[in-house]
Amino acid sequence: MDLMILVQVLESTMRLATPLLFACLAGLISERAGVFDIGLEGKMLAAAFMAAAISYVSGNVWIGVVAAVGVSVAMSLIHGLASITFRGNQLISGVAINFLAAGITVVIAQNWFRQGGRTPSLSGDARMARIDLPFASAVQDVPVIGPIYHGILSGHALLVYVALLCVPLAWYMLFRTRFGLRLRAVGENPAAVDTAGVSVVALRYGAVAICGVLCGLAGAYLSTGLSAGFVKDMTAGRGFIALAAMIFAKWRPWHALGAVFLFGLLEAVANRFQNIDIFGVNLPVQAMQALPYILTVVILAGFVGRAIPPRAGGAAYVKEH
Amino acid sequence: MSRGRIPHWADVTLVPLTSVLLAFIISGILIWAIGESPWGALKLMVEGAFGSSYGWGYTLYYATNFIFTGLAVAVAFQARLFNIGGEGQALVGGLGVALVCLYIPWPHWSLALIAASLGAAVFGAGWALIPGYLQARRGSHIVITTIMFNFIAASLLGYVLVNVLRQQGSQDPSSPRFPSDTALPKLHEILGVIGIPFSTVPPVNISLLIAVGMCFAVWFMLWRTRLGYQIRAFGESEPAAEYAGISPVRITIYVMLISGGLAGLMAVNSVMGEQQRLVLNAVEGAGFIGIAVALMGRNHPLGVFLAAVLFGFLYQGGAELALWTGIPRELIVVIQALVILFTGALDNMVRIPIARLFAMRGAR
Repeated sequence: MDLMILVQVLESTMRLATPLLFACLAGLISERAGVFDIGLEGKMLAAAFMAAAISYVSGNVWIGVVAAVGVSVAMSLIHGLASITFRGNQLISGVAINFLAAGITVVIAQNWFRQGGRTPSLSGDARMARIDLPFASAVQDVPVIGPIYHGILSGHALLVYVALLCVPLAWYMLFRTRFGLRLRAVGENPAAVDTAGVSVVALRYGAVAICGVLCGLAGAYLSTGLSAGFVKDMTAGRGFIALAAMIFAKWRPWHALGAVFLFGLLEAVANRFQNIDIFGVNLPVQAMQALPYILTVVILAGFVGRAIPPRAGGAAYVKEH
Repeated sequence: MSRGRIPHWADVTLVPLTSVLLAFIISGILIWAIGESPWGALKLMVEGAFGSSYGWGYTLYYATNFIFTGLAVAVAFQARLFNIGGEGQALVGGLGVALVCLYIPWPHWSLALIAASLGAAVFGAGWALIPGYLQARRGSHIVITTIMFNFIAASLLGYVLVNVLRQQGSQDPSSPRFPSDTALPKLHEILGVIGIPFSTVPPVNISLLIAVGMCFAVWFMLWRTRLGYQIRAFGESEPAAEYAGISPVRITIYVMLISGGLAGLMAVNSVMGEQQRLVLNAVEGAGFIGIAVALMGRNHPLGVFLAAVLFGFLYQGGAELALWTGIPRELIVVIQALVILFTGALDNMVRIPIARLFAMRGAR
């Protein structure tokens, strides 16, 4: 593998990791507050469709992004209604959200655009522009720094950098603010938070809404940044990879960054090579695709560093009277 | 679980029917919003699914798939385990069917059917065993592990079809056609014996009878055997069951084996009964529909059977809709999602008003 290919694979990793990163942080914040969310996939998918559809109609990608966030938050609120207000099963609610998005995006896309459940291709201002970081072309020919800065880091859509910025933001919010402390407490011991006079329901809805915003950005980037338009089922399991990354990162933001880059790299390598030789072992492309899931099962099984979810996760809070 | 008092008969009929009605109303609004007639769509679906023996044949073919996957989810739910992995277990079950049919020369379909059913069940159960074991022994959340195993199964099947089973010179990632001796008798042949005419086109086959038999078997197992009692006790209260000497590890693993085996059996209908070869998307989401079917059927085999026929109707009717109107097949996925949402997650939203109604009547 020469340097050129390495730079290309890493650059592609940056792009592929971005939707994963948004969705992973989304799930992380929701689950830290005690609301399991296996509906990341569905919210991303609905957002991807809205972003592409509204960008195409309006000709402005940022209006599309706002619409994407809107639909994703709306779906989050359905999840909140089911799992917080009506104390339903959070996992079943997530499953329902995934199917709702899978079905409704195609029905509406077909109705609006009549192209077999896809949106027309986006171009111009309806797509996310690539941003060249300052001095990127100036350092292009500098060894080591040039390929890294110009080849890998520079030249992505704005949301790629927003996603990276979300990592310290999420960390700061969770571990350095009062809101974050309460949010984590509500995921571990909601009764204690309630006793302290803080609303468990409001905190959980807050977390679920943030989750919706981040999933919206993930979906918007997918259809207007990574590709140019929406196609049926375009999330292709990314919501579950993000879920896997969240567990892999043991619900910690900085580790999430590492996890999504690992899984993004696996996807980039699988896209580029059909088979790969590692130390004489021929690794088929399917193994690369399955690796994130296998790694997550191994982590979950606790053979390599146990993953322990927030203690009150998955259970609705019933106030004592 | 329920806070309001609802008579048992209302709990098993009124609550799920109200949920389905809500799902239908919202779907109707969606159909209206995209400029089609909800009433016309419903008529078309009913005619397409029940108006001819052709329609019935397809409805029952789909229902057969959903009975297997619905029972799989329902058995796990009885032990309060959520097996989302029916999709993967059915895929791997399909591999079991294919290996049995391709590599052993069967003299007669009946022998092949027995062996293929065993292959499907063993492969499906095997695929569920690992998440079951990890849940029981290591406390790994079964929902997450079974989701992961769905994806791993898809990759595994992709690898096997491309690199092992694919025919020489074929681009298509699928196995060769099974020998014709393994073709299962279709429903029209079975009904023909007693002189009932039935369309020869639909793929509905003898697996339907196996599915119905499995409904009885699951009912018997759950309500008439010691294991079934232990499963239900474990589902009601894990600490109480453990205190009574029921091993959580044993029950979890047994339940997942049974659940995976049932999901795997679906492949007998779809892989052996219809396609007669193994393809990449042999399951086509039936594993997930099992969730909706089990929720709607209140985890009871009879309920599962009825809910499976309802979803069979939706699938066949949905195909007709896509054929004759501008409504895509995915509408059915929306209905499925709404059924899962209302019967599973928003259960209390439906249940509490009904409980209030009964409370009002009781107070009078």
